[in-house]
Order: sequence, then structure tokens, then C-alpha cells
Amino acid sequence: MQPASSYILSATGIDKIFPGAKALNRVDFSLRRGEVHALLGENGAGKSTLVKCLTGAYRRDGGRILVDGADVDPQSTLEAQNLGIGTVYQEVNLLSNLTVAENLFLGRQPKRFGLVDAREMNRRARALLAEYDLDIDVTAELAAYSVAVQQVVAIARAVDLSGKVLILDEPTASLDTHEVAMLFRIVRRLKERGLGIVFITHFLEQVYAISDRITVLRNGQLVGTRETADLPRRDLIAMMLGRELVQEVAGEHGAKGEAGPVRFRFRGFGRKGHIQPFDLDVGAGEVVGIAGLLGSGRTETAEILFGAERADSGTAERDGRTLDLSSPRAAIREKFGFCPEDRKVDGIVGDLSVRENIALALQARRGWARPISRGEQDRLADHYIKALDIRTSDREKPIKLLSGGNQQKAILARWLATNPDFLILDEPTRGIDVGAHAEIIRLIESLCEKGMSLIVISSELEELVAYSSRVIVLRDRAHVAELTGSAVTTDGIVEAIAASAGRADP
Amino acid sequence: MNTTLKTYAVRLFPQVAALVVILLMVSIAFPGFFRLEMQNGRLYGSLIDILNRGAPVALLAIGMTVVIATKGIDLSVGAVMAICGAVAAACITAGYGLAMTLLITIGTGLLCGLWNGLLVAVLDIQPIIATLVLMVAGRGIAQLITEGAILTFNDSGLIFIGSGSFLGLPMPVVIWLVFGLAVALIVRRTALGMLIEALGVNRRASMLSGVSTGVLLIAAYVLSGLCAALAGIIAAADIRGADANNAGLWLELDAILAVVVGGTSLLGGRFSIAASLLGALIIQSINTGILLSGFPPEFNLIIKAAIIVLILVIQSPRAQSAFVFLSRPQAAASKTGEETK
Repeated sequence: MQPASSYILSATGIDKIFPGAKALNRVDFSLRRGEVHALLGENGAGKSTLVKCLTGAYRRDGGRILVDGADVDPQSTLEAQNLGIGTVYQEVNLLSNLTVAENLFLGRQPKRFGLVDAREMNRRARALLAEYDLDIDVTAELAAYSVAVQQVVAIARAVDLSGKVLILDEPTASLDTHEVAMLFRIVRRLKERGLGIVFITHFLEQVYAISDRITVLRNGQLVGTRETADLPRRDLIAMMLGRELVQEVAGEHGAKGEAGPVRFRFRGFGRKGHIQPFDLDVGAGEVVGIAGLLGSGRTETAEILFGAERADSGTAERDGRTLDLSSPRAAIREKFGFCPEDRKVDGIVGDLSVRENIALALQARRGWARPISRGEQDRLADHYIKALDIRTSDREKPIKLLSGGNQQKAILARWLATNPDFLILDEPTRGIDVGAHAEIIRLIESLCEKGMSLIVISSELEELVAYSSRVIVLRDRAHVAELTGSAVTTDGIVEAIAASAGRADP
Repeated sequence: MNTTLKTYAVRLFPQVAALVVILLMVSIAFPGFFRLEMQNGRLYGSLIDILNRGAPVALLAIGMTVVIATKGIDLSVGAVMAICGAVAAACITAGYGLAMTLLITIGTGLLCGLWNGLLVAVLDIQPIIATLVLMVAGRGIAQLITEGAILTFNDSGLIFIGSGSFLGLPMPVVIWLVFGLAVALIVRRTALGMLIEALGVNRRASMLSGVSTGVLLIAAYVLSGLCAALAGIIAAADIRGADANNAGLWLELDAILAVVVGGTSLLGGRFSIAASLLGALIIQSINTGILLSGFPPEFNLIIKAAIIVLILVIQSPRAQSAFVFLSRPQAAASKTGEETK
């Protein structure tokens, strides 16, 4: 047992009760000085709840929290901040319409004769960001910068305000590889300065790359805390899932049934400023993967196929018959479905129940005058809650209260209920836990076996390789390569992205 | 069926309770309050008076509820009432028949709603600004129609709508009860209610799920225009004339208040027309109650505001979670007691 003083933060026996559910049950968590501590668990395991109890966003219902050995009871995030606990959330909680410097010093602007001293504030902001090797125009609006830079600004603000404990809640979810590397450099430097860092993520590689210890939660219970170096990946996954090792997602899935005859044929399909005209054939029972870096036109491709953006060139045919894809409504009539990338903004209807969210697309297609009876809706919802293992206390729960993976499954259920022939999935596994991840991939495979045509966009190449019979590679808003058969490998995709990049450079 | 009834009961409880409490308080100050009398085949009494005087706000609240459920707001209903009252008076004095007059007037209301709907749905203007246009311009239009004077009429048919009675109830009461019931049935027996709620919560997600968001938005404002037209006809028929300056003045605010007191969030989504109608009755009961209780009139607005603040505090999520919080320690204590046994 280490002396208590080596722990900068320690929480013991934390309880949190929500109406109808025990979100945390006597959870212990401790954080040393100068360590990166990964907090892991499936969605709904209680990670966010624990963090919110630590930061005073929630009031805990039991247990003690010690900061530097002293009992604390933060009632608000502000109080937690003053105690030295700072948090950076996945969705950056800054004001994107203020300047970088204003964001850094909001609420504590340097004053001169009672007025904000903008020059001094900008000077200090530059000095502060220089510690993070970030040389940007601090007088520009925050929104002008990438999410990664905003993330760093948020970290700089949190560390400057708090300075003992930094909680990073899925900071890497929307960053690319370079940006993750930059973030990790910063995290390591903060660690050397003696900060305790709590790191929440779904990416296991990142856990092994950066963390010193790992704490796993499951269903609101503590499963255990281990040294990262002593915990093999398989054991970690077993801890998280609580089942004997479910085969890890990537790997031998082998049987990607031979694609049937071409059913959907797109020719010269495109829209100016969104995606250059492309040709695309999709067979019955075929999964076509779409790969490319962020901003390469992946989502634009999905939106144009679904009519969310109207194509201004080209044709779409199904078995030789021209399709009307002028709007999502038209596309749905042609038996198309689309799970968008940004679940919260484009997918869920937060205040409505799981049942209503599942019934929505089917109801919209039937029209307002032919309501789906309540009994039918209940059956539909119960069927998919069971079939897709959507974890919810009941079907009347507002969907916004579900965890990300379960929300994603409910959106999938919304489309499956319409019995589509052509399903577009944009990053179906982003930001969801390992268990749901594997389930969604199995679902994609079984839909494909049933003869559905699928387009799957994903930035996880191993996953794409596992289920796609062909992979389209995008770059600069154009389709630049198509890999088929044995060429569909992660290396092949990476090469195709790199090669096309090389070709474009003079 | 039983469970749906139960959900309705839970949903409407705060409004019903508030209404009962207010009515009881008024009856203490004014003992004859609950007395009803039958004269010439029509019921008379303070309660009937509340139902009757509350008709315009109740009608406006029906449309306003649906508009607010779409995350919108309709500030123009008061002005549309004035326009429609003026149109009705102008038509009837110009010699059109009653049916034709009503048809033109209702058509005018629908057109006003269509205008608002197009601004909001097609041009994507914020509802508060889009409807502000007609709120300001509408009274001017009404004044143009009446040429600045109060346009009086004495067509017995039109007057009947304001002061006649049917099955013992005043016509305005019959109109808002029947209309409210019809709209509530239509939105809940079809899928309209759910689609409107989805649209109000997340317009883009609804659009991507195939909901015709544009058509629904326009329809909501058209319904609001229709409600304003009915309210305008009643208001004009009641005073046997069209007063472009005062008809429906500030009633848009009372209608919004009725919806809010009814517990529908201004952020859109879940709505209940029955609750809004109860909200309208609460507002009218306060108005009537203060008059009957003999308070000096200058206190009226202040007392009304205080009562409404009280109702809103009781409804606020924060107050409700505070009730839960206050009632929980005992539950938690008894639980730990069991565990230690």
C-alpha cells in the first residue's frame, strides 16, 4: 500500500443513484501524481457518471473524495476547478464565437482601470499556448481552428485554472492520427509536471500507448485497477466485457459471401462543391466500404446517395430503373436508409422515447394519415430492443438518456424497421464501446448475408477490411481508387490513399 | 387504454390542480361563484362566464400549442384576429351572406398562417421574427379594411356566433370545445402528433428520417391562422363590430402564456392541447376571479403575474427535482437501515 500522500486524488465507495437505476455502486478510484490513468468500460458502465461526481457536476449519494489527502465535497464544477480538478470534454466546452485569448481568460480577464486589457490578455494567452508548442493567432475566433487545436486550448485553460488533476473525456474521438500524436505529447509533458491525468477513451491502442494504469468499470461497479504494463489486451477486453474473450473485432471473418449481380448503379453522380462525379455499382448482398481521411468527401458521398444533398449530375438506377433520390423522403421511398455520422445532431430525436425513435422512419414513410398503432409500435420496439440488444430500462425511456452505442443501435433499428434494400452507414462504430462495436459488425455481416446492399464508411480500416468485398478510396472530394478481392487489406488501403496523394503532388 | 388514461392523468394533474385551487380561492372571496342558473334555455353563472370569456385565448392556444411544439412561436395571432374581425365585418356589411362571410374570413386566416409558414419553413427565418412581421403589419391591414373606424354590423347570424347559445352553452364555448377536441383527436389519432414532436426536437434528424418537415411546419402555422380567424370572428361578433385597434390586442401573449402554463416547453417537442386549454382557463379564472373578488383593478395584473409565477415555479424541472431530493433522504435512510440488519 502506498502512502496516501502519493495520491493526488482518491475516491472511495462512490455511490450514485438515478431514479430507477444505480449508476455507481461503491466505486473506488485513485490517481497518483504524474500518472496517466485510463478509465475504461463499455458505454453505460458509469465512466461519465464517475467523472461527473468527481467534478461536482453531479452530487454523489455516498462515498468520500480526497484531494491531496483532504476531504472535499465539490458542489459545482467551479468548486472542483478551485480544488484543482479540471475537465476537458469530447465536445469542447468553449465558446467558439470568442477569440482564443478570450476563451483562455474568460471570467478572469486581466483588467486595467476596470476595463479588459486586451493586449495583456493576448500576450499572456500567447505565452500560455507557447508551453504547448502552439503558435496560433490568439485574437482569431476559436471556431476558425480545428477541433484538435480547440482541444489543446481547452486543456490549456483547464490546466491553468486547476493544475492538479486533468480529466480528458474522450479527447481523441474526432482527431486524426497526427492530432492524436500532438495531444499525447502534451499529455506526457503535463504528466512530467506532476499532474494526475484521467483519460477516457474507446481506443485500446491509445490506452496502451499512453496510460500507466487502467481502471475498468462495468454496470456501475468497479471491476479492477491494474498496471497497464501487466495487463494483456485480451485480459483487458475480458474485464470490460465480463464475458470470456469475445473474439476481438478485427481478424478472420473470412466468409464475405460473393457479391450478387449489380443491383444499384450510379453513373457520374456528384454535386459541385461537395463531391466530384463518381461511378458506383453495388450488388445485392454486398458491402462496399468507403475509406479516406477526414474531409476527403466520405460523408458527402453518403449524403448525396441519400438525397440529403441533391445531386446535380449523373443518374442512379436500380435494376435498370431510374431512381428518384432528390430528397431523403424520396430516397426512403426507394427503400434507402442512412445512419448519419453525427448521431446526436442528425440521428436521434433526443426527447422522444426509444419506441418513437425506432418507429419514426417507418411512420414517416407510411404518411401521417396511416399511424402505426401503439400496439404495433410496442411490438416493433420490443423486437429490435431484443434483437439488437439495446440496453434500456424500458422502451419509453427518452433516447437521449441511452449511451452512445445503444443510441446507435436504436438508429439502426429505425432503418431496419423500414426493411431497406440499400443501407448507408456513416461511421457506425464511432465512439461506441467494444461490446456494441462487435455486435454492430456482426449485424452488418448478417444484413449482407440476407441480401441487403450496404455502403459503410469507416475510419477504422481493419474493420472495413473485415466486412467489405470492395473498398472505394476517397481523396479531396473525389473517388480515386477502388480495391477489390485480395487487394482489400489495410496496407492496400493506406497505400491507395498515399499513392493518390503522391500522384496529385507535382 | 388504462395506462394511456393514467399518463394523461399524470400529465394534466398540475394544471387541473392549479385550476381547482384557484376556483376554490375565488369561491371563498365570492360565495356565489359556483352557482349556475338556467334562463331562456341557456346556462348562466360565473363558471360559464369563464368558459365564455376565455374562448379567444383558448382558441389561440390550440394553434399556438402546435406551433410551439415545432419549436416555433406565432406572435401574429392577435393581429390576425383583428384582420379577420375586420374582414368579417366588412363582408357582412357589404351584403355577403353569412356562409360566404365566414368562408372569406377563415380563408383570410389560413392565408395569414400560410404566409408565416412560408417565411419560417421555406425562407428559414426565425419564427419570432417571421411572425413579428405580420404582428406589426397586421393591425395596419385591419385598419385599412375598417378605414380607421369601428365597423359595426347587426346581422343576427353573425351576432349569434358571439352571443347565441347551443345546448345551453354559449356559442363561443361550443366552438372552442368542439374545435379543440377535433384538433386534439386529429393529432393524436393520426401520426401527426408524433411527427410534429420529432420535428420540434430535432428538425434535421426528422428530415433525414423522411419526415416532411417543411409541410408540417407550414401546416402548424396555417392551423394557428385558422384558430386566430375563429377567435377574431368570435371577438367581432361579441361586440357586434370590428375594432382594428383593440381586437385581439396582446392576446398572443396570453395564448403563449396559456401554452406555457399548460406545461408545453418553448423548446419544442412534447405538447398537450388539453393542458394548454386548461392553461387558458387558468388565466381566465384568474382574470374573472380578481374582478369578482373586488380587488381594486390596479392590483389585477400584479396578482395575475404572481399567481402565474407560482404555477411556473411548481412546474419547473428544478423545483421538481428539489421535491424528489427532499423526499429521498428518508427512502435512502430506510434502505441503509435494511442493509445493516
